[in-house]
Parts: sequence; C-alpha cells; structure tokens
Amino acid sequence: MFHPDDLTALGLTLKLAAVSTAVLLVLGTPVAWWLARTRRAVRPIVDALVSLPLVLPPTVLGFYLLLLLGPGGPLGKLMTAAGGRPLAFTFTGLVIGSVIYSLPFVVQPIRDAFAGIGPRPFEAAATLGASPRDRFFSVALPLARRGFLTAATLGFAHTLGEFGVVLMIGGNIPGRTQVLSIAIYDHVEALDYARAHLLAGTLLVLSFGLLLMVHLVSRRFPGAKP
Amino acid sequence: MSLELNIGLTRPAGPEGGPGFDLQVELTLPARGITTIFGPSGCGKTTLLRCVAGLEPNARGRIALAGRTWQDGGEFLPAHRRRVGYVFQDGALFAHLDVKGNLAYGLKRRSGHGPGLEEISGLLGLDMLLDRRVEALSGGERQRVAVGRALLAGPVLLLLDEPLASLDRAGRRSIYPYFERIAAETGTPMLHVTHSLDEAARLADHLVLMEGGRITGSGSLADMLTRHAPGHEAGGVVFARVAEIDQSDHLARLEFDGGQLLVPDPGLGIGARTRVRIHARDVSLALEPASGSSILNILPARVLDLAADSPARILVRLMVGETVLVAAVTQRSAHVLGLRPGLDLFAQIKSVALL
Repeated sequence: MFHPDDLTALGLTLKLAAVSTAVLLVLGTPVAWWLARTRRAVRPIVDALVSLPLVLPPTVLGFYLLLLLGPGGPLGKLMTAAGGRPLAFTFTGLVIGSVIYSLPFVVQPIRDAFAGIGPRPFEAAATLGASPRDRFFSVALPLARRGFLTAATLGFAHTLGEFGVVLMIGGNIPGRTQVLSIAIYDHVEALDYARAHLLAGTLLVLSFGLLLMVHLVSRRFPGAKP
Repeated sequence: MSLELNIGLTRPAGPEGGPGFDLQVELTLPARGITTIFGPSGCGKTTLLRCVAGLEPNARGRIALAGRTWQDGGEFLPAHRRRVGYVFQDGALFAHLDVKGNLAYGLKRRSGHGPGLEEISGLLGLDMLLDRRVEALSGGERQRVAVGRALLAGPVLLLLDEPLASLDRAGRRSIYPYFERIAAETGTPMLHVTHSLDEAARLADHLVLMEGGRITGSGSLADMLTRHAPGHEAGGVVFARVAEIDQSDHLARLEFDGGQLLVPDPGLGIGARTRVRIHARDVSLALEPASGSSILNILPARVLDLAADSPARILVRLMVGETVLVAAVTQRSAHVLGLRPGLDLFAQIKSVALL
C-alpha cells in the first residue's frame, strides 16, 4: 500500500518523535519542577521562553537554529573544530529542533501537574522522614503521572506534525531528514494526491488515536489533575 | 523529658488580603502523655505545631526536645530529620498509594526499632482497610490511617493538628480511645491542637491555652479547667469508668475516685473509660444532702478554695475524692452557707457533659 520511500519517511518520523519525546521528558521535568516551585523573579521570563515556540512561526525557529547549527554558525564551527560535522541537515539536528519546537507541550502539563499537587503531600512526606530528593521520586513523580502522560503524548504528536523547523534545518533528504509532513508536501507539489492522501490520513488517524488514548487512560488515574 | 519552645514568627499582612500575624511563644511542655493546645481559630496554634515540625523555615528562636536541639538561632534541623509524626487536619494521605502503601511509607524510612505494621494496624483497627484505596475511606478511617502512618515512622513526638475536626460527634468519640491506647502502649508523647474544649477535656493531660499568637495559660488539665479563663467556662473533668448500664432507664453508672455518677447511657461498653465534664454553672451546693430532689447526682465534697468570678458570682473549687469540681454560686449564697476552705458539704450536679 505504502511506497517504500513513504515507509522510510514514516519510520523516520516515528523515530524522531520517540527520541525527541524521550529527550524532552528528561530535560523538561527539572525545568517544570523548577517552574512549579520557584518564587524567583526570573520565573516569568523562563515561563515566557518555554512558551515561545507556541506562538513563534516554526520557520523563525528553524531559521535561527540553522544559523546556530549550520557550518557557519557558532555551534557548527565548534562541531567542525572538534572533528565532527555541523548538525544542520542531520538527524541529531532534527532532534534538537524538535525538542525546542515541542518544549512547551511537554513542560507545561508537567509543570501544572507538579503545581497541582500542592504543598501538603510534600510536608507529610517530610515529617515521615523523606528527604527532598526522596520526596521528588516518591511523591512528586507518581502524583504527577497524569501530567507526564499528557506531556509525552502531546510532545510525541506535536513532533509528528512538525514541518517548518525540519524544512529549515533538516532539508529534505530521503532516509535522513525527510519526515512525513515534508513527504506529503512533496507529493502535493508533484500532484500525486493518492500518496499524499495515504500519508495525511495516516497522520490524522495516528494523532487522533494518541489523543483519544490519553483521555481514556488519564480518567482512570487518581490524584493530581493535569 | 520536656519540649522547650521559644519561637517567634511574624507574617506581614499579605498582598492577597491575608491579615498580618505575629506568634510569640515561650513554653516548656512535658514530653509525655497528651498535651493539648486549645484556642480559637486563627490564634496560631496550628502555626505553632508547624514550627515544632520544622515546616515553617521562617520561624526564629529555639526548639529542643529532651535536650536535643532542633532549632537554635541559625541552626535549623529540616523536617525530615526531626522524626516527628504529623497528622494533618485532612489526613494528607498519598492518593497514589493504597492504605498499606501509605502505612509502609513511614515504615520504610524509619531508622531504628519500633512497632511493626501488623501491630499498628491492630492497634488502630486497620486490618480490614489495608487493600483499600484512600478515596474509599471514611473521614474517621482516613485519620486512623494517617495516625498509623505517622506512628510507623517511629516518631519521637506525635503532632496532631485538629485531627478530628472533619468528623462528626460519633466519629470523634470512636477515635478518642485510639489516642489513649497510643499514649499507653507506645509511650509516644503527643502535642495536639484543637478549638474544641470538649476534645481538649477528653484527651489532654496537660492543657495550653492560646489566643492571638500568645500563650495565656499552661498547666495540668484539671488545674486549667477549674479556674476561670477567658474563652471557656470553668468546670471540672471527671475521669470515669462505665460500671453498670441500666437498660430500663437508659442510664449508665460511672465510677470515679470521688464516687459515682448516673448519666444518660453513652453507648459505651461496661469497663470503658471515659471523661465527663461538669460545668461550674451546673453544680449547686448544700450543707445537707437534699431529699425529695430530682437531682440524681449528689456527691460529698470539701471546699478547696473560693475565687470571685464577677461582683455577684463566686467560683468554688471542690475536692470530690481526688477530683476537682467547680461550683458557681452567688456571693449571697456563699455568705449564707458560710463557705470557707475545708468545709464539708454536698455538691448537687444538675447535668453532665459526656465527652
């Protein structure tokens, strides 16, 4: 049913979404924790920075990333000097772009879940002898699990549909950086509506299925609301 | 063994409209039995408890238990290293764990020996609840689980913040005996906060009165309750045991060191221990035992001392056995009866409050 090239694009897209989501959960959790707990004056600034990808055109984001990661950019030069290759037009570059692009979709649900726990369970845990680190793992993470589920799904689904950032820093290299949304664009450009339909429909069903799953599963979780 | 407190905590009036607050407490309390801090809502008693637990990092001053300093000047032992058990008003059970998981939480983090899960579960009647989710618990069950969880962490001091406030009268009565068993069987000292004088009279060994962020009195329960103080009516507390139940009249006969009392059947079993509060205004005095009276409870007593309560009224403290009761009489009656310390007479008790 699928053309082999389209299957490659689909596989790459899923891989990109999975890797980006994993990276986002690892990096986003401490940021979300900090945002939920701190009373420092810089918090609104960090909050705004994290939310920026929500409103910024992806092409703007991609443009700056290209300047940063490309052969002439500061990070690109650093990579070349270290004996590597610039990250633009590579899978790693795509992951970096996706992580920034989907950051708010992951950080915000986790931040809200942490904030929704309130101080009481942490105080109770402290009086029961749990250190701050212990409280994070034994109280904060399990009570925020609904937020994590939402975050992971939104991060994954949002990365699936990424277009502008990828186009800017990943280009359109089949098998390396050509993701689903760009393959669809190519097909439409080539007036191959059948293949475009198939891919677009796949993405639609996949995204809907993911969101449906989140809503069904999160209803069964007790504790903090997302 | 004592708990020494010398704490100050000032909160400026908040921008969210919260009123300013100033707590200044200097107090030495016995580190055994149940000490109750009684005061109206907003008097700072919960804040005081939180300071003891280490949950108020902005508190200044000194806190030491049995010679071990928890806080002094810049020194501040964080809550998780103080080993206090804290029972919150709403229980604060962990929603992601079942009852057993909640109980085990404290147990896993305990250093040193202490009662096991089965023992505490038996003590608090939790055996049937172990596999329940915490949302499926009633208010009373929730508080018992919270107490059990705190005890299993091996606390050197158990702090109870209005633990029964969310329960109805029957619920509260069902929990009281558990606290007494904890005091008797684990020996863990308890610091208990309430705005209900009945609860204080029912549980306390030592009573602290608090108002507006200040301590207004501290002493043994009998001492504190039998003297007039702002915020409560003077009265005596009788520590009694149910000796007999008269089914036909629905009366229970309570025995105590000063004699016996007939009271409406409280629904406790024979042998159950309870406390009864007798308000000063419900006690009248007579030189001869009254005959032909509707009053059921007439006890021989000896006058301990007299204190003017108002220009017209006198509070008479009476020894009935080892128990101190209080009678409120008019100045004129006191004069007519010739009341003086050491006089033997009869206390007629019009009504009693079962706690």
